[in-house]
Amino acid sequence: MDVLTIAQSAPKVDTGDTAWMLAATAFVLLMTPALGLFYAGLVRAKNSLNTFMMCVSAIAIAGVTWALVGYSLAFDGTGDLIGGLNYAGLHDVTFVPRDGTTIPHLVFMAFQATFCIITVALISGAVVERMRFGAWMIFAAVWSVVVYAVMAHWAFGGGWLIEGGTLDFAGGVPVEMGSGFSALAAALVVGARKDYGRQALLPHNAIYVVIGAGLLWFGWFGFNGGSGFSTGNGSVLAFTNTLLTPACSLLTWFALDLLRGRQVTAVGAATAIIVGCVLITPAGGFVSPGWAMALGFAGALPCYAVIMLRPRTRVDETLDVLAAHGIAGFTGILFIGFFAQENWNAVSDGLLYGNAAQLGDQALAALAAPVYAFVMTFVLLKLIGLLIPLRATEYEEALGMDTVQHGEEAYPTGEGAILVSPEAGIEEAVPLAQPN
Amino acid sequence: MKLVIGIVRPEKANDVLEALYRAEVRGVTLSRVQGHGGELDRVETYRGTTVKIGLADKVRFEIAVSDPFVDPTIAALCEGARTGQVGDGKIFVLPLERAVRIRTGETDHGAVTPVGV
Repeated sequence: MDVLTIAQSAPKVDTGDTAWMLAATAFVLLMTPALGLFYAGLVRAKNSLNTFMMCVSAIAIAGVTWALVGYSLAFDGTGDLIGGLNYAGLHDVTFVPRDGTTIPHLVFMAFQATFCIITVALISGAVVERMRFGAWMIFAAVWSVVVYAVMAHWAFGGGWLIEGGTLDFAGGVPVEMGSGFSALAAALVVGARKDYGRQALLPHNAIYVVIGAGLLWFGWFGFNGGSGFSTGNGSVLAFTNTLLTPACSLLTWFALDLLRGRQVTAVGAATAIIVGCVLITPAGGFVSPGWAMALGFAGALPCYAVIMLRPRTRVDETLDVLAAHGIAGFTGILFIGFFAQENWNAVSDGLLYGNAAQLGDQALAALAAPVYAFVMTFVLLKLIGLLIPLRATEYEEALGMDTVQHGEEAYPTGEGAILVSPEAGIEEAVPLAQPN
Repeated sequence: MKLVIGIVRPEKANDVLEALYRAEVRGVTLSRVQGHGGELDRVETYRGTTVKIGLADKVRFEIAVSDPFVDPTIAALCEGARTGQVGDGKIFVLPLERAVRIRTGETDHGAVTPVGV
């Protein structure tokens, strides 16, 4: 083929689709610092910076591993279990559209990178307040490749689930079940905080929690609305459903809070927003707005139940990633099997509309994803734990991870602070004025 | 009648409360304070500014007790607050001239004894 025919046969970049996907990528990246805010508000003040930093480190770690090998293993070729290495180091990832899309391959890669980043950050919720920062970063690097990239290949990149007919619009398999069931394994291997079950461990700033949840919801419009890689019908449907489902799960949460404690809680509402967004993540582009609302109302129930039961166990899965992501993602994936409608999604019907096979495909994903995520994370952390300690000592845990791991405090008063590196010429330490 | 002041680590405050409760000491005042007691300064860095933090956060218990309760109170403070590391805190016992329970006007022994004992 000469150059002219290649140019003619190459799929064309659509400017409208590309413009939206550029914006959507930025939306999804915002979700990681938003998650940092959400998590930091839920922990004690002495651990809040460390908690935020675990999310920030996911951007650093997974952003790099994704470009080096993760993207290639997830999206190169149609191997059943894992992709190839042709795109390693972003080789051949250029302005030419990604197959099956009308957006430049680079944009597609960047959009998918933000998914890997947020998923890694999500797991940190299971191990905050005691895991060492160094051990966390090593885990994040390996997990982003051997768990996330593999599961993304299964569900998005041409692996056995997507080829077998499993529908997963925006990441019920790799993102939500991947993080949720990995979080459970991580909590089991790292172990409970020393004060867990002995003291009340309360959120130190509920306002951070609700701000974080609001920003996450905003970012989720890019997460779900961008997962059609276009401005087409699937994207529009997913975008709108991302508004409707969390609104419904909020109402369910209000009702359950009222029944349980006679008061509607703000931290509960923030949790309900996350649960709603997760519920609609796999199903966004496949179910009608009406069914999306039903999903919000009904899907919140199992998540609420797990959030109520988990603290009554010995498992210190600290910020309930399993309930909010694992269980909600599981519910959303199965929901497609019942309520998908071809006249809405142009792909497939669910059981209710005469296609029982779809439910089988969905059930397969709902079994395989939790097992793979749990087992791999469990083994991975056990192996890392053989090399280096996973958690801080009890004494360090008591002092708080902010001063121990980072040498900073979230809320320094400046009282008693002595400047040790003053301007040149002044040798002796001088008392530091209040920072602000 | 004594005033027992205990300066303890903030993370041990709950353990102290629990120990005091078990010792049947019910009247407690507690405040967050900062102090220095020989422990190593910790170094913090904010961008280009490196500082030594000379003051550590502590929690100060103030407990007014009648004489038979002085030793159990001290024992409870020690039991709850001790980690064995430098910085566990101090206990000071002061004579107490008068005490008044505002609600009833009871004074001295009656004022520092919990209702119903």
